[in-house]
Amino acid sequence: MRAEERAREAALLVELPPEETTVEATALTHLPSARGFFKPHRIVLMAVAGGLVFCAIWFLRWDWLPQYAGALAWGVGVSLLLLASTSILGFAIAVPIGLVQVTGPWPLKALAQGFCTIIRGTPLLLQLWLLYYGLGSLFPQFPAIRQSFLWPYLREAWPYGVAALTFSFAAYEGEVMRGAFAGVPRGELEAARAFGMSRWKLFWRIWLPRAVHRALPTLNGETVLQLKSTPLVATITVIDVYAVVSKIRQVTYLTYEPLLLLALIYLLLTALLVLAFRYFENKIPTRSV
Amino acid sequence: MTADVINWGLLALEPPGWGGVLLAGLFNSIKIALGGYSLGLVLGTGGACGKLYGGPVVKDLMEIYTTLVRAVPELVLILLLYYAGTDLLNRAAAALGYGTVNISGLAAGIFVIGVVQGAYATEVLRGAILAVPAGQIEAARAYGMSPLLTLRRVTLPAMLPHAIPGLSNLWLISTKDTALLAVVGFSELTLVTRQAAGATKAYMLFFCAAGALYLILTLVSNLIIRFIEARARRGWAAPS
Repeated sequence: MRAEERAREAALLVELPPEETTVEATALTHLPSARGFFKPHRIVLMAVAGGLVFCAIWFLRWDWLPQYAGALAWGVGVSLLLLASTSILGFAIAVPIGLVQVTGPWPLKALAQGFCTIIRGTPLLLQLWLLYYGLGSLFPQFPAIRQSFLWPYLREAWPYGVAALTFSFAAYEGEVMRGAFAGVPRGELEAARAFGMSRWKLFWRIWLPRAVHRALPTLNGETVLQLKSTPLVATITVIDVYAVVSKIRQVTYLTYEPLLLLALIYLLLTALLVLAFRYFENKIPTRSV
Repeated sequence: MTADVINWGLLALEPPGWGGVLLAGLFNSIKIALGGYSLGLVLGTGGACGKLYGGPVVKDLMEIYTTLVRAVPELVLILLLYYAGTDLLNRAAAALGYGTVNISGLAAGIFVIGVVQGAYATEVLRGAILAVPAGQIEAARAYGMSPLLTLRRVTLPAMLPHAIPGLSNLWLISTKDTALLAVVGFSELTLVTRQAAGATKAYMLFFCAAGALYLILTLVSNLIIRFIEARARRGWAAPS
């Protein structure tokens, strides 16, 4: 019985799309555990690390830090706002994309597949520049757009950044949601139908919650990946934390110090994100296997 | 009318058109992706073995490496490694009395992508090696094979089918990560596209053309991956 179960699990592992198996390889999803952390060799390693940090503080220049602390905090806020808004919007698009690929009619299915293939097959930086420079140069040619109430926003950079990041998240997460929707046991859906639930109610009460639950570990990784993608918007003049650091580097002629600080900031943000997801995952009651 | 809107002549291969420049950029991207991916595989194999079989210090150092790379954006890593790598090499050369060395953008790009890919590959390969039944590795050890021989004859071939989905995804990631080198000024496909678009003001045309090139690269890669996957699994039972 157990061997059979394990074989089934192994088959399931192999059947998963590569994204789900690699998302943990490309995004940090688990923090090192504190239990059994203090071993003799680790104390030595930490002493070495402490020495390195001390050297970094002592020998590198950090006198610019107080002057730019406000700008950096603002930049972190912009990055987090971008992350939250594009993840939520992207997820809202990913759910229908995943769903139509499982049960939709073929034109919608083909459309969703085409969207996923195109977005996942090209670099995000290129998509960003296509939207910002391409659409941005196309829009002013249409008087209707220039006179619409959207124009003041379309002249700025951030709507293009939000759009590109949202589409990217939707495409990657849509593929994950497709697997999650398909993976909900048929019996549960049949039971819901036997209870006389309408299709709408079945979707909201059974199918979506179960799929989200299945997708949660991957969602964690995808969100970390999204955080790692946000600095790209600095290339289209959105002032996030990466852009602030680039500015500091230009003004102070320092190569390493601002970049090291930036890496530290992203490290902390990732850790916070992982902790937040762990909190939500623990909130969901599961039967321990 | 549409002939005025879209000037296809801009994509011509000869100098008045920019097609040749784009293709050269694509070629550069593929070179970096291939080089970085290969370097990443080497680093990843070492990293996975270090994580699984190394001593406590090696294990911790590998953990730090993969944690850092997986938590910090590629763009930041690329900048850090690019400046730090070239700077350190220059200082080392100066200290040894060679004066400044000129590091080609290609070598720097391969190094940067390779270090990032190495951390990803470490995780993928570690998972794949763990999927190999322990008995097979124990049997190899019982036959008196040295650790390296075990790795070459048993562990690597047996884990490869498990690693292929992850590794193929890493290849796609590495082709897309080359676009980030545009930020440090290496003339790969994305940067030359931007230059061409800026020079001709035909932004839409060039970015769509570059997108099509990337997409073709991905789709061709997918075909080859499917072929390799089918070959690697030819001894496996069909999934029920």
